[in-house]
Amino acid sequence: MCGLGGILNRYGERMSGREIIRMSCMMRDRYDGRGGGFAGYGIYPRYAEYYALHLFFRDEVAKERTEELLKDRVAIIKDEPVPMRRVREIPPENIVWRYFVEVPHRFRDRKEYQEREEDYITELVFTINDCIDGAFVASSGKNMGVFKATGMPDAVAEMYKVEKYRAYCWITHGRFPTNTPGWWGGAHPFNLLDWSVVHNGEISSYGTNRRYLEAHGYKCRLLTDTEVVAYLFDLMVRRQGLSMRTAAVALTPPFWKQIERMPEPKRSVFTALRMTYSQAMLNGPFAVIVTNRDTMVGLNDRIKLRPLIAASSEDCVYLASEEAAIREVESNIERLWAPRAGNPVIARLNEEVREEVIH
Amino acid sequence: MVRNFPPEFVVRVDREACINCLRCVRECPFGVHEYDREKKLWKRHHEKCVACLRCAYMCPVQAISIERSPMEYAPHPVWTNRVRKDIKTQAETGAVILTAMGNELPYVSYFDRLVLDACQVTNPSIDPLREPMELRTYIGRKPEKVELEEDNGVRLKTKIAPNLKLETPIMFAHMSYGSISIEAHLSMARAAKEVGTYMGTGEGGMHVELYPYADHIITQVASGRFAVHEEYLKRGAAIEIKIGQGAKPGIGGHLPGKKVTEEISRTRMIPEGSDAISPAPHHDIYSIEDLARLIYALKEATRYKKPVFVKIAAVHNVAPIAVGIIRAGADAVVIDGFRAGTGAAPQVHRDHHGIPIEAAIASVDRRLREEGIRHWGSIIASGGIRSSADVAKAIALGADAVYIGTAALIALGCTVCKKCYTGKCAWGIATQDPELRKRLDPEEGARRAANLLRAWSHELKEILGALGLNSIESLRSNRDRLRGVGLTEPELRVLGVKPAGE
Amino acid sequence: MEIPLRKAKVSREGEFVVVDAKGVHYRELNEVINELVEKGERKLRLINVNGQRYIADGLRCDCYIEIHGVAGDDLAAFANGPTVVVFGDVQDGAGNTMNAGRIIVHGHGTDIIGHSMRGGKIFVRGHVGYRVGIHMKEYREQVPVLVIGGTAGDFLGEYMAGGRIVVLGLERLETYPEIAGEWLATGIHGGAIYLRDEVDEDRLGYGAKVEKLTHDDRRFLEAEVGEFCSIFSLNPEEVLNAEFTKVVPKSHRPFADMYSDAKEG
Repeated sequence: MCGLGGILNRYGERMSGREIIRMSCMMRDRYDGRGGGFAGYGIYPRYAEYYALHLFFRDEVAKERTEELLKDRVAIIKDEPVPMRRVREIPPENIVWRYFVEVPHRFRDRKEYQEREEDYITELVFTINDCIDGAFVASSGKNMGVFKATGMPDAVAEMYKVEKYRAYCWITHGRFPTNTPGWWGGAHPFNLLDWSVVHNGEISSYGTNRRYLEAHGYKCRLLTDTEVVAYLFDLMVRRQGLSMRTAAVALTPPFWKQIERMPEPKRSVFTALRMTYSQAMLNGPFAVIVTNRDTMVGLNDRIKLRPLIAASSEDCVYLASEEAAIREVESNIERLWAPRAGNPVIARLNEEVREEVIH
Repeated sequence: MVRNFPPEFVVRVDREACINCLRCVRECPFGVHEYDREKKLWKRHHEKCVACLRCAYMCPVQAISIERSPMEYAPHPVWTNRVRKDIKTQAETGAVILTAMGNELPYVSYFDRLVLDACQVTNPSIDPLREPMELRTYIGRKPEKVELEEDNGVRLKTKIAPNLKLETPIMFAHMSYGSISIEAHLSMARAAKEVGTYMGTGEGGMHVELYPYADHIITQVASGRFAVHEEYLKRGAAIEIKIGQGAKPGIGGHLPGKKVTEEISRTRMIPEGSDAISPAPHHDIYSIEDLARLIYALKEATRYKKPVFVKIAAVHNVAPIAVGIIRAGADAVVIDGFRAGTGAAPQVHRDHHGIPIEAAIASVDRRLREEGIRHWGSIIASGGIRSSADVAKAIALGADAVYIGTAALIALGCTVCKKCYTGKCAWGIATQDPELRKRLDPEEGARRAANLLRAWSHELKEILGALGLNSIESLRSNRDRLRGVGLTEPELRVLGVKPAGE
Repeated sequence: MEIPLRKAKVSREGEFVVVDAKGVHYRELNEVINELVEKGERKLRLINVNGQRYIADGLRCDCYIEIHGVAGDDLAAFANGPTVVVFGDVQDGAGNTMNAGRIIVHGHGTDIIGHSMRGGKIFVRGHVGYRVGIHMKEYREQVPVLVIGGTAGDFLGEYMAGGRIVVLGLERLETYPEIAGEWLATGIHGGAIYLRDEVDEDRLGYGAKVEKLTHDDRRFLEAEVGEFCSIFSLNPEEVLNAEFTKVVPKSHRPFADMYSDAKEG
């Protein structure tokens, strides 16, 4: 259900949103106009050390109630409306506001919060989404932001003035939903802290994954299967300390038949990962791009039912549903390939992009 | 080990009446009746009898009757006879149990819990015998509004998308040539043309003998892509992409190689004797935008002249799926309920997957209206439509038209013995055997199939008259004219109807 | 910042009609192609193509279409006769349910190339993706041929019902050096796959087996690989001078024993 794209500048140099918008436009036949969005990393250098909360409010009441909660929980360094244009295609549905916040000193000085600062922000995000009617946190990472709405990606970009932001990593998504009605919060990217996800396809194991995450304190309230991908990465990489590669093995493990062919100790490692993370395994057709502050990962399902193309130039790494989208913005491609099923393509700042062979 | 497997039926023969003409031996394709000429002894293989009743009706002296076997396992409410027989069959063969026709488990039938309104005093009923009464239905995309150019006389500015014009909102469902005989196909094609409606080819292609009726035939593009060819696509009146069917949601099907005769091979454009495998998903559709891609590949190939339908089985999430299908560019969505018939399906799928068509129609219609796109595409309902009353109720729940499959076959002589997959249909319908096929005369078949449509159409007009309506479109989604009897609140909510008396 | 769609610019260059597809939506581009073909043009050169879908879809003619750039999804789907040469890569579904014609790709291809094709030929110089040649068919004198210069992903020739697939493996991928992926020819019940390498039987799918090449197989390979080599300027002797593995169906009825009769009561 959709098309996706991403660009990471390997050297952390920031690019305007124009390229990612063009990439998104190239895949317009994949969308139906009920959701489009972008995430940019590096867009708020002046406030880089603060959590940037992008919020949707249905009305002033929701905004007031949220601000009461924010004042209670965090220190607001700055807040302002997210600059927007009126566009014909998207009826104004929400007040969009951003807050740069930090955890107040009275908490930070307490030892139990020092190690769990991000959990504290996570808790705040869940509380707003869960308890305040008409309020929704679109993104909550540092020096990054998500811009999304119900509409074609080009109209969404126009509305949020995405071309005016500069980021070293951009991802985009155009939606064609079949599970949930289109609403702004339901558009991609999905975000939690620094994690953002765009997703094409369907997570048929959603019910299993969701119950697994809920047992770990996550609240899946977005009425869509994609959110579990963001939370699974948060759980495994941030909280449990697995590497991206290992997390990918857990999410899209090889088949038992392939595991049985592996030499020891690899076989034991893969068997343990499959046994332990059986409920984290993502089933169904999907291609996802997952990003955090220094990494962009592309991942396909285990039997590759959705398209995903990777490419690199001297400066940039690209991921997209269609090759044409990459060619539209990069004429000096050094390498372009279709990653294999279940193999994550990991692009990290200051490193060569690589496809991790786990299948 | 003793095979303790009681037969389902017993063949009783009146020995005094029997004249030993051996007609029953010739008529039964399942080998029930056996006569030893030397010893002059009859043997009846009761365990092979399927109760198709062919022998009973062909016996010149009416000496044969078929009865349910009185021998059964000891009664048990949970371990029923069927459960025990299934387990024994699978223990013997290690195989998937195959069956045919529709779901046999005793789920509630919502059609039978819905009643139609009638006019009394406050608004008059209409006598369809003397007042005009319209059943015409257009299937396909309608514009949001009509724009006219009015400077020099009135001209239509809006481009109207291709639609199918039905004189009655009942069509013959897709049943492939291969699963049924060419005679059955011809019967329905002629009837469809005569009555002004359409039949579906199913996925087995269009036999050359059907070409004269091609303007009343909907071609099908299924996962096996049999017969799919640019000329085939251009020849029919519309194209239907088959994603799933109500009798076996989520799985494909195999036409065994032995049924792929020379003629079937020519029509499907595959080698003779080779299995014709229809995989579960289309190989090029793993997501909604892939469906959109195929819809437009077909529209491009036919230069946007043919409406493209998409058929799905009614499943839990049917409403958002149907909305996605319409948004993907389909001109109609066909929803096949869990009672739908089939020529062959694993019993486990036939009986345990999918949802009732009544609930599916209501939720799809509601969801399309909520999203403001009901006019983008039509809703065709199918799966277990047994009478004009079912048609009327389906339309009142929100369908534009219905497909009938099993009912049409019954009109052609089918007795629903559920052995279609054996290819031995005693009534010449679900078979390719040249001798058996002679049992169905396409001319007589066409007459009966057309009669069924006429009778139901007439009844529909009477139903409309009783409702005080003179056109079928005033019944569409008119759930106010339905009431539920014996339904729970959530069921009434899903169906969008009030309880009787309210 | 909507990117406006443009009208296709059409010009003539010798015997070719040149269509500039830069920024043109597929619907407009294909309308132009159809019009030109209907007018009797037989040689078309499409330049600046980038991802436009359905080029030559359902086209019944013997025309020659050059594509410069990336051909979008479902290239020449349902096509019945044209020759399409792509100087670049192709996206998913090239040759989908094609009946006749030729597709020549100088770059790489992705998934489901040749899906259900019944006739004609597809030559891809580079690598291809998943489920290539899936459910390929054949019918009487129509025997489709698909030749791949590089390697193929998983599920090659899945449910194959006819035709011939040849994978040459002239170049290999760093991440996956095998000539073809796993579950090779699962459910195959017709046709044959030739791989210019050894194949571990463990990688074969249900219903597939390895068979020795016959003299006829060799002759077939000489003809088709010869044509492939002449198109892409390769030395056919070098390419053919290798051991090939032939994968064929165990049976024309792979699932014959799967079902048993229902005994209801």
